Amino acid sequence: MKLQISSRLAIFALLELAARPDQQVSVAEIGEKYGLSNHHLAKVLHTLARAGLVRSVRGAGGGYQFSGRPRRTTLLDIINLFEEFGSPNASSADAGRTAEEHALREVLHEIDDMACATLSSITIATMRKLIERRRVEKDRPVRLPV
Amino acid sequence: MEADQRSARVTDAVSVRRVHAADIVHIVALDERVTGLAKPDYWHEVFARYGRRRVAGRVFLVAEAHGVKPRAPILGFIIGEVRAWEFGSAPCGWIFALSVEPSARLHGVGQALFDAIAQEFKQSGVGKMRTMVARDNRLLLMFFRSEGMMAGPYFELEKELV
Repeated sequence: MKLQISSRLAIFALLELAARPDQQVSVAEIGEKYGLSNHHLAKVLHTLARAGLVRSVRGAGGGYQFSGRPRRTTLLDIINLFEEFGSPNASSADAGRTAEEHALREVLHEIDDMACATLSSITIATMRKLIERRRVEKDRPVRLPV
Repeated sequence: MEADQRSARVTDAVSVRRVHAADIVHIVALDERVTGLAKPDYWHEVFARYGRRRVAGRVFLVAEAHGVKPRAPILGFIIGEVRAWEFGSAPCGWIFALSVEPSARLHGVGQALFDAIAQEFKQSGVGKMRTMVARDNRLLLMFFRSEGMMAGPYFELEKELV
């Protein structure tokens, strides 16, 4: 499964902003951390602002601030701002006439359905917890066998 | 910080205890409010198997409001059991029912029940717990995900019998 670059940028940007909800974070700062194009990132943040997930703060020290609901905003909500993911329409576009085509469509639909259920059950808050857990695991000293 | 605040809220507002026979009528009513189906026979049978006597590895817990007059006698319940070697799985705690009073949601009730059953399973000697959730039950999926549950190594498969 592959996400479009805009969806990935949006998820990274929101995770970064949600980690510091009281701060304004500049496009350049997020871009530098993930090695992303500032131009593309600015366009993505504009879309997120229109969706009410971030707000832009103008002036010196300005940037973007998280304004969504971290325990309610899911990965699928974010992805659907940039691409049509796993919708019934997307599957029926390849609807075929033969039994073979229908059988393949049924299997692909099952995969889409599972991907959608996963992405719609993971919120920004859950992702932040996951990130913290991974960070703790990474920082835990490795015990070498004696 | 967030975790500290959350656990303080949970312990201040909610207490979790083992189920009593007198709770079953409220459990039937809560389940009916949530699912739209009354299943009194089922819940009495579940109580007989999981709640009436203490059996190692079987857990039936209820949450109630602590220190304040509750809107409902029972704020939620959770049921689970340690099962071994089914589907080739090593002993593991299974949560097979969790429900929270709709008006009491987002106040740490589910969290308190989840933590309590995790503790019970740990004391039973297992290091893992799992559950099964309908793919379209977004709320419950979001809850279990927020508690750190991830997809496990099994697929649930089914077939229409014609």
